Amino acid sequence: MERQQVLYLWASGSALDSGTVGWAFHDGTDGSGLSIPDGSPPYATGVAALRDGWMLLQSSQLTPPLPGEEHLNNYLEYEFVFERRVTT
Amino acid sequence: MAEFVANGFIRFDAIVPADVNERAIDEMRQLEAERLAPGGMKPPHTGTPLDGCYPAPSVIGEYLRLPQIQGIIESFVGPNPTFDHDWTHHIHPHATYVQPLHVDAITDTTDPTFDVQLFWYPHDVAPGEGGTRFVPGSHLRRVRSSGLDRYQHINGEQQFSGPAGTVVVFHHGLWHAGQPNPGDGDRWMHKVRLNPTVAQVRLWNTDDLPDLQNPPSDHIFARILPDSVAQIFRTWHPWMSVTDYRNEQVQRAKLWRYLTGDDTYDVDHYLTRLEGRGTLVGS
Repeated sequence: MERQQVLYLWASGSALDSGTVGWAFHDGTDGSGLSIPDGSPPYATGVAALRDGWMLLQSSQLTPPLPGEEHLNNYLEYEFVFERRVTT
Repeated sequence: MAEFVANGFIRFDAIVPADVNERAIDEMRQLEAERLAPGGMKPPHTGTPLDGCYPAPSVIGEYLRLPQIQGIIESFVGPNPTFDHDWTHHIHPHATYVQPLHVDAITDTTDPTFDVQLFWYPHDVAPGEGGTRFVPGSHLRRVRSSGLDRYQHINGEQQFSGPAGTVVVFHHGLWHAGQPNPGDGDRWMHKVRLNPTVAQVRLWNTDDLPDLQNPPSDHIFARILPDSVAQIFRTWHPWMSVTDYRNEQVQRAKLWRYLTGDDTYDVDHYLTRLEGRGTLVGS
């Protein structure tokens, strides 16, 4: 059966080789597949995740600030979502 | 205060005396058990002036009326704050629940006023044993609480550990979460949220402010004062992008204008530049 692992990386810039500032891992294999490296963060950049076998699913769009909200921060802006399919 | 503005929290290690801490846990346990029961101990009504909360005999009231705690509270929210709510956070030994990162209440409006939340840890909290997780510098962002659930790890986040009697004062907007407790002991923490009833302008000891308040010309790409509020506002938390960082400097400067009553305050020329150009429109 094929199952999915999902990795979120949030970066300090809009490029896939920008430095990682946050991450989350969701394991559809419930531990029977590969895990992620122990480092904090597990991958220094999105490119490092690609080199470890992760496939890019989505990157965040670049959206201009709304008038009046030019200097307001909210969520982490640069989000990259990866998947790895594991046959177990 | 400038560090509070830059980081969203400030901690006071072992500021509550040992005998108050030791007696507090029984009362926290009682409040936890009876808060929602038909009878027994109840928290104050929301809106109660702080002076009227937890009248004697009450260890929680004794804590809130300690001169050093009163001084902290008054510095942030003034002399007559009102009780918003409190909660006793009890994490059992070996509890595994990971609370998602969140911000309390609802999304803020853009005015700079703020509540404080005092987190009181009446016993030692060892590193990794259930202390509150929080993200320094996250307090001035405008987010929906549930939107933070997905952030399992953020660079620079901290998990509280420290000696008994430590109080950590949070800006109400700071992202935080309860954590598992792999230790053998219960972990208790009392959190109280307080609302200001006066403008939060120069409520703290500002004796050193004339020496530290930088002029609006203080600019990292021109000239700076080496020891100033602006230097503190240049704190760059490791999870922030360049844009995040600059926007945070703007938000910190706006909050500082409110706290000091100085409408010209600035750091790194961001507000002054725009305000100067703004005067040209229609001239």
